[in-house]
Amino acid sequence: MTITKDYIYELLEQVPDPEVPVLSILDLGIVRDVVFNDELVEVIITPTYTGCPAMDMISVNIKALLQENGIESKITLVLSPAWTTDWLTEAGKRKLKEYGIAPPVAKTTDKLSLTGEAKLVSCPICDSNDTQMISQFGSTACKSLYKCNDCLEPFDYFKCH
Amino acid sequence: MNDTLFKYLIQLGDNSLILGHRLSELCGHGPILEVDMALTNIALDLMGQARNYYQYAAEIEGKGRTEDDLAMLRDAREYRNCLLVEQANEDFAYTITRQFFFDAFHLPLMEAMKGSNDERLSAIAHKSYKEVSYHYRYSSEWMKRLGDGTEESHSRIQDAVDDLWMYIGELCEVSDVDQAAIDAGLGVDLNAIRQTVEQNIKEVLKEATIQIPEISFKQSGGKSGIHTEQLGFILAELQWMQRAYPNMEW
Repeated sequence: MTITKDYIYELLEQVPDPEVPVLSILDLGIVRDVVFNDELVEVIITPTYTGCPAMDMISVNIKALLQENGIESKITLVLSPAWTTDWLTEAGKRKLKEYGIAPPVAKTTDKLSLTGEAKLVSCPICDSNDTQMISQFGSTACKSLYKCNDCLEPFDYFKCH
Repeated sequence: MNDTLFKYLIQLGDNSLILGHRLSELCGHGPILEVDMALTNIALDLMGQARNYYQYAAEIEGKGRTEDDLAMLRDAREYRNCLLVEQANEDFAYTITRQFFFDAFHLPLMEAMKGSNDERLSAIAHKSYKEVSYHYRYSSEWMKRLGDGTEESHSRIQDAVDDLWMYIGELCEVSDVDQAAIDAGLGVDLNAIRQTVEQNIKEVLKEATIQIPEISFKQSGGKSGIHTEQLGFILAELQWMQRAYPNMEW
């Protein structure tokens, strides 16, 4: 059978983000392109955060999965243009919320993160808007820690980047 | 090999590596859990940035050295980080003040580096700028909280500012490496960002009710490889494993 780009994308849909396993790498928006070279399929991905340790693992997982399906691949990491949370798909945002992580609320073009003004983050559990940030930095590079003042649950917020 | 680019990358990478290392020393030792996580998050960003610079430097050098060789197997004189980033953690006020001074410089540096004529350097800057804006926000908020906090926190942060003040002049000092990189269109003209750096620092210190020290004395030397004694201790910890058991891997 001929291997099409769509088929590769179908396979890539099965590669989860190691830190947030409900998201596939396609939901995350880190797959830039799939290119067919002579004998290799080149998968071009972009890092979410520069120091994100998940990136190495993602590369290994892509390679392994394609190999299981008889496809030899090469993973290329490109930096430009820089990844942004705007590339998270709508499905990705929904899955994040269901998983208990509040999805990013604003486009990265807004400069709130620099001026220090708070944004409205709703609680992924009870949807209340009465929430407060506990820490700008959370358990992984991509998350902040929040607390809901209504249901009192702490939760992660996938920060705008 | 593009010697100018190589040296410029080393200078950038060393700042990120050494400050990242300092912050990583606090992993598991932060004053509270949230601060511990924040400082190690920042360390991780800086380590990631250092890797970007060293990987690029190793590629263009083309002598078979890897990013690890560049990070781990040079001697003190070959490190080109500024003196500020190698200073010890001391107390939390020190750690935050060191971070704040560096961020106040790092943010405009990354902003300006986006305009580098070197595509890859510009891409690294675009990426890092976003991360550094978080660092800057974090450290400047703590400066205000501690400065305008209790008598104890105010006096400690004032002491840290007084002690570290002599190291900030070096940040915007134009070294030979900087000048060559500016001339080649790939490096940031530090004279052009100096005003922003000073303004960043003054504004936050004012809001934090911290007195600006009247010290005009400036310590420098890191950018030409002449370091304070601190760097030796850092390298001893960073390198001993590779020195004792060459080529060992996890």
